[in-house]
Amino acid sequence: MSAYRDKDPRIHGIQSKIRVVPDFPKPGIMFQDITTLLLDPKAFKDTVDLFVERYKGKNISVVAGIEARGFIFGPPIALEIGAKFVPLRKPKKLPGKVISEEYVLEYGRDCLQMHVGAVEPGERALVVDDLIATGGTLCAAMNLLERVGAEVVECACVIELPDLKGRERLNGKPLYVLVESH
Amino acid sequence: MMQRAFVFSSSNSISLQLSTPITPPVNAVFPERNRGWIAPYSPLQPPELRLRNYQRALPPVLCSGSDSVTNQQQMASQDERDPRISKISSVIRVIPDFPKPGILFQDITTLLLDIKAFRDTIDLFVERYRGKDISVVAGIEARGFIFGPPIALAIGAKFVPMRKPNKLPGEVISEEYSLEYGTDKMEMHVGAVQAGDRALIIDDLVATGGTLSAAIRLLERVGVHVVECACVIELPELKGRERLGDTPLFVLVSSA
Repeated sequence: MSAYRDKDPRIHGIQSKIRVVPDFPKPGIMFQDITTLLLDPKAFKDTVDLFVERYKGKNISVVAGIEARGFIFGPPIALEIGAKFVPLRKPKKLPGKVISEEYVLEYGRDCLQMHVGAVEPGERALVVDDLIATGGTLCAAMNLLERVGAEVVECACVIELPDLKGRERLNGKPLYVLVESH
Repeated sequence: MMQRAFVFSSSNSISLQLSTPITPPVNAVFPERNRGWIAPYSPLQPPELRLRNYQRALPPVLCSGSDSVTNQQQMASQDERDPRISKISSVIRVIPDFPKPGILFQDITTLLLDIKAFRDTIDLFVERYRGKDISVVAGIEARGFIFGPPIALAIGAKFVPMRKPNKLPGEVISEEYSLEYGTDKMEMHVGAVQAGDRALIIDDLVATGGTLSAAIRLLERVGVHVVECACVIELPELKGRERLGDTPLFVLVSSA
């Protein structure tokens, strides 16, 4: 998996388009900004293509995207592989009946919600976000899907911050990323 | 007797809704409270009061003979009888009393669960905008992030997210706009777009037009030409179209 990642010529182009913004949202944090990637149509298309090539034909019926940047990458992948797109949202955004999963932040807690009935038992799901750091949000997303009986096949992110060990927090679920940032 | 919620204000598009109840979409997730669902052909719901499938007619497209096939495709997508439109409209779910009592919320998440309808939605926009030299698709947080990128990718344009305050890192420009009570702010990255860029603005729904007009102002301030605003749903009684000034609006579905 990593060998493929490192050798694919598209990866270098994608990585070079990601902008690092220091001290955002607070001092000491180097923020990985994917908006500059979205300004390059070829690099953005390559990003989506790399995921589509991996997941097409694997019987994935659901792509769950985490608000808000997961909404940018998830739908193009879902459309190409023929899967539903399910938004996972912050509290009180989704109308109607939802299920909630709380998760821990550095200070305090947050909550992720999914619509009741959006995903059926037995469905095979991907979880998509722009970046994985500590893995807290992805873990909450996986829990939501598993609670309704779906199988999380893999988590997919553009960027991983491996020093934050998010991969270990995924309870053995595979994680696929395009770019690592140390 | 129809249920109708009248709410007149300049609230943002998410909270202001006005709609007659429609029949439950076929593959829909059922809401907790059933007040919004009225069975088809019951005495309460005359069939002709379903959600209308409506598109604003395009001004005639100038084209040469060799473009006639493309033009025909465009005209087909404006035709009220385009079969894709009625399906799209039928899978949009209406949730009563969200986010507050009296509001009928147009929920597009059920559309995203219907693979063909979601693809058709994107295709209808792509057919309209491909080959029109659009260099930027600006999507309004957060549901504009769902429809904008697939359109941008298909037509070869940049995607620019228009966000709530303090989400975008680095240097931004801001535009304030009115809500029912108070104001909100929309931000865009400095340098994301250039003077002379031709832009589309995408959101799931237009109500009063407050959010869309803020997005137009943001882009025009940096010299971008906003070619059109495009939404899946319009609530025409809220007159959002008028608030967009000279900027045309294209929608797939009208909910009156």
